[in-house]
Amino acid sequence: MALAFDEFGRPFIIIKEQEQKTRLRGIEAQKANISAGKAVARILRTSLGPKGMDKILQSPDADVTITNDGATILEQMDVDNQIAKLMVELSRSQDYEIGDGTTGVVVMAGALLEQAEWLLERGIHPIRIAEGYEMASRIAVEHLERIARTFDFGPTNIEPLVQTCMTTLSSKIVNRCKRLFAEISVKAVLSVADLERKDVNLDLIKVEGKVGGKLEDTELIYGITVDKDMSHPQMPKQIEDAKIAILTCPFEPPKPKTKHKVEIDTVEKFQTLRLQEQKYFDDMVQKCKDVGATLVICQWGFDDEANHLLMHHNLPAVRWVGGVELELIAIATGGRIVPRFQELTPEKLGRAGLVREKSFGTTKDKMLYIEHCANSRAVTIFIRGGNKMVIEETKRSIHDALCVARNLIRNNSIVYGGGSAEISCSIAVEAAADKYPGVEQYAIRAFADALDSVPMALAENSGLQPIETLSAVKSQQIKDNNPYFGIDCNDVGTNDMREQNVFETLIGKQQQILLATQVVKMILKIDDVISPSDY
Amino acid sequence: MAIEKILKDDASEEKGERARMASFVGAIAITDLVKTTLGPKGMDKILQSTGRGREVTVTNDGATILKSLHIDNPAAKVLIDISKVQDDEVGDGTTSVVVLAGELLREAEKLVAAKIHPMTIISGYRMAAECARNALLQRVVDNKENEEKFKADLMKIAMTTLSSKILSQDKEHFAQLAVDAVLRLKGSTNLEAIQIIKKPGGSLKDSFLDEGFILDKKIGLGQPKRIENAKILVANTAMDTDKVKIYGARVRVDSMSKVAEIEGAEKEKMREKVQKIIAHGINCFVNRQLIYNFPEELFADAGILAIEHADFDGIERLALVTGGEIASTFDNPESVKLGHCKLIEEIMIGEDKLIHFSGVEMGQACTIVLRGASHHVLDEAERSLHDALCVLSQTVNDTRILLGGGWPEMVMAKEVDELARKTPGKKSHAIEAFSRALVAIPTIIADNAGLDSADLVAQLRAEHHQEGCNAGIDVISGSVGDMAELGISESFKVKQAVLLSATEAAEMILRVDEIITCAPRKREDRM
Repeated sequence: MALAFDEFGRPFIIIKEQEQKTRLRGIEAQKANISAGKAVARILRTSLGPKGMDKILQSPDADVTITNDGATILEQMDVDNQIAKLMVELSRSQDYEIGDGTTGVVVMAGALLEQAEWLLERGIHPIRIAEGYEMASRIAVEHLERIARTFDFGPTNIEPLVQTCMTTLSSKIVNRCKRLFAEISVKAVLSVADLERKDVNLDLIKVEGKVGGKLEDTELIYGITVDKDMSHPQMPKQIEDAKIAILTCPFEPPKPKTKHKVEIDTVEKFQTLRLQEQKYFDDMVQKCKDVGATLVICQWGFDDEANHLLMHHNLPAVRWVGGVELELIAIATGGRIVPRFQELTPEKLGRAGLVREKSFGTTKDKMLYIEHCANSRAVTIFIRGGNKMVIEETKRSIHDALCVARNLIRNNSIVYGGGSAEISCSIAVEAAADKYPGVEQYAIRAFADALDSVPMALAENSGLQPIETLSAVKSQQIKDNNPYFGIDCNDVGTNDMREQNVFETLIGKQQQILLATQVVKMILKIDDVISPSDY
Repeated sequence: MAIEKILKDDASEEKGERARMASFVGAIAITDLVKTTLGPKGMDKILQSTGRGREVTVTNDGATILKSLHIDNPAAKVLIDISKVQDDEVGDGTTSVVVLAGELLREAEKLVAAKIHPMTIISGYRMAAECARNALLQRVVDNKENEEKFKADLMKIAMTTLSSKILSQDKEHFAQLAVDAVLRLKGSTNLEAIQIIKKPGGSLKDSFLDEGFILDKKIGLGQPKRIENAKILVANTAMDTDKVKIYGARVRVDSMSKVAEIEGAEKEKMREKVQKIIAHGINCFVNRQLIYNFPEELFADAGILAIEHADFDGIERLALVTGGEIASTFDNPESVKLGHCKLIEEIMIGEDKLIHFSGVEMGQACTIVLRGASHHVLDEAERSLHDALCVLSQTVNDTRILLGGGWPEMVMAKEVDELARKTPGKKSHAIEAFSRALVAIPTIIADNAGLDSADLVAQLRAEHHQEGCNAGIDVISGSVGDMAELGISESFKVKQAVLLSATEAAEMILRVDEIITCAPRKREDRM
């Protein structure tokens, strides 16, 4: 395969070899990989920060997603290149681990690759670069710990948490009512948090959305909502002090797993069978009634007859409730999931203060609210919004905010945002570089430059002069020896991130640097790409 | 040529200006499409479906038009979505919301061309939307206390809504129908209790409101055609041979006589069931499922009116209005709640026989029978009436109303203009643009009516400089008129929803700077 360069210095392919497999080797392979990584980073670069732009993604089935969440963009991008896939993985692992900063990590990795390319051209061996990056990342992470602040919060003082969530939300479409959403997220997390163990099970927070209404109508429900209605239209729509039987068996005659046949050959048998069948239904309903249940929630469907019997016995029921929701209901109401009618006992019933059906708008949309549960550790965030895409995007934003709040509960250290942490690290790494003898010094210095690219992108997206702004902030940081100066994205008038209340979590930032470095190291170590040619 | 291909073969990627242009163009194209249907003199569209039969729909309902379009442009999809949501939430204003969002984008396009950052435009739009909403809030009229006036308000709103539809010829008649129907609901928004039956034939004027309930079914043969003081059992049960529900059971016989025996047993079982049903002391039995000939005959013998195969909605509604419950088992006749009504009779509308239940227990229910020349007319009439009913039922809950005919837009535009003058910075351009987009709506209404929009809107603007002005566009006389006198009103809730969701959608599209399209999924060629 032969390469040439166009007027912008970008290589392009002239002749395709008539081989079975295309193969790239040595420096060429590294360059191709780097440029692929950079291309991915370039796509995300404009989404960074409070003034970042959104992307429209059209799926193979022509569904539209509008988002600026890095992980979502990459996931839906239908990437074909191997290295680009690595970047997608990178963003995904940041999403799993931290939940936020998925864009930042890719931009960071892209910048590292860019610097590496330059070093490669100077003839530095990729492994040396990788080692230099490794050292630099260690310095940066240690430095982050030094400049990190811890703050105290408690169930009464949630302000710092809210502020941090607001920083996360300010880059999303919901930033119009970020205060509201931040408060909702923090309250949701706190109500399910285990402050002793410093852990939060995010599975307990359900995020549910319904189109219509305004974003401001979004609410936090201390309980569960289920997108179902009562199985019989005439069952009561509101139940107070409900005792809930949570069943995973259908209201139908049992279906034994073993193969069997019931043969009917006489009239008597036919009649006994019929009687037995009726008894089944009666028994089932009676069992529920006997244990004192006032509401039956079932994973499966009911027969018409069972439905009427339930109605008749004044026992409201909900059918076809999904497994996940069933579990949440069980957790929230303190009930147990019962797989067989025989095992139904009063202790296994869940309790809720209020169960009500609520309808929306002009269509017949109904939802079931289960509130004031015995164990209020499961909550629901119920999102309203003008259209489907806003709701989807809001869900993603809320997820990010929830993750941030959780991270803070795990570790209450924060660093200041707006690029200030990166600039500060960059200064520290730069200073440390001079102490290393050997070629790694260059790699470490390059790492420092790469760190600058995040604030640079922030400034660029905010419509500021990137280089001018960055150098001004940097000199200010060195002069005042103060790591709190960052990019003033919102035109507030101060560079001091403490005043702007822009925080990010320490673990989020550390993870970003570590993950980006790791992936870049991996990409640098590849010196041969063999891929089957297209047909 | 890009260096490395990252995306799959057919996937495409558009960036920056091009992406923005693609979404502007798409959104504006959609707006231009529905624009001509706005206002009392708006035109209709013919939609032909791609399905079998090439069915034709004639409508000027924005949501219906947009729903039937096959669109590939992502930004256009956002607009279609907001119109659908508007339809679900408030029922009316589906065209206005799209037009407003489109106009906002059209203005934004100019600002972007003038090198103003989309984020600045967005924050300007937000301020403007908030300000516009407050302006409306200050000018709302609330006649909740005064029942007479409120009823008149409802009448006005219904007439305003209907005036842009096919029913405009008989709008007073239909407005009366809609208001009566909604007032019967006594504040609930449950439109299910209002049933609309369409019967071709006659003219639109022959449509009427019936206080009872009409079921589009025939009475079984040999059964009474008229029952007074009916006791109705509403059921959902199989009236053919009951299936044996125990898993794995099957009949296995070895001789013909046994077959006959079992058949006899089955018949006996059915007879028992019918006896049980009759034992409820009813004289009318309505079932959701089929009733086979054998039980039907039994019912006829007992002098009971049996109606089979009423669809699920029909059953639910019937149970609701007669106050009965939907029964599936019949062992305890004493505890089953029966439905009641004063009179069941067979009536004729046009050529069809229908069953009419009058004097039902729940007075909320009613039926509107629509008559009209063709199916298309009837369908459109139903959509129009549905819009009116939705708006009215929402207004009953939120009684604040505004004047119509472009008046709210002018009020908002004036306030927003003032805000633009007070706001420093680039945002003021965006705020100004917002006000221009608002003014575009009266302009379009005037244009559609074939009036000189430039002249009229200028006149309106001048009028609105005085405090407490009620001026709007009077399409009938083609001049600026007093909307309060002309009795043109709109619901505040609808206007607010239009304003907010249009701004939200415009914002969303403006934020985009890149469109990534995945390779379309390969489908087998079905031809």
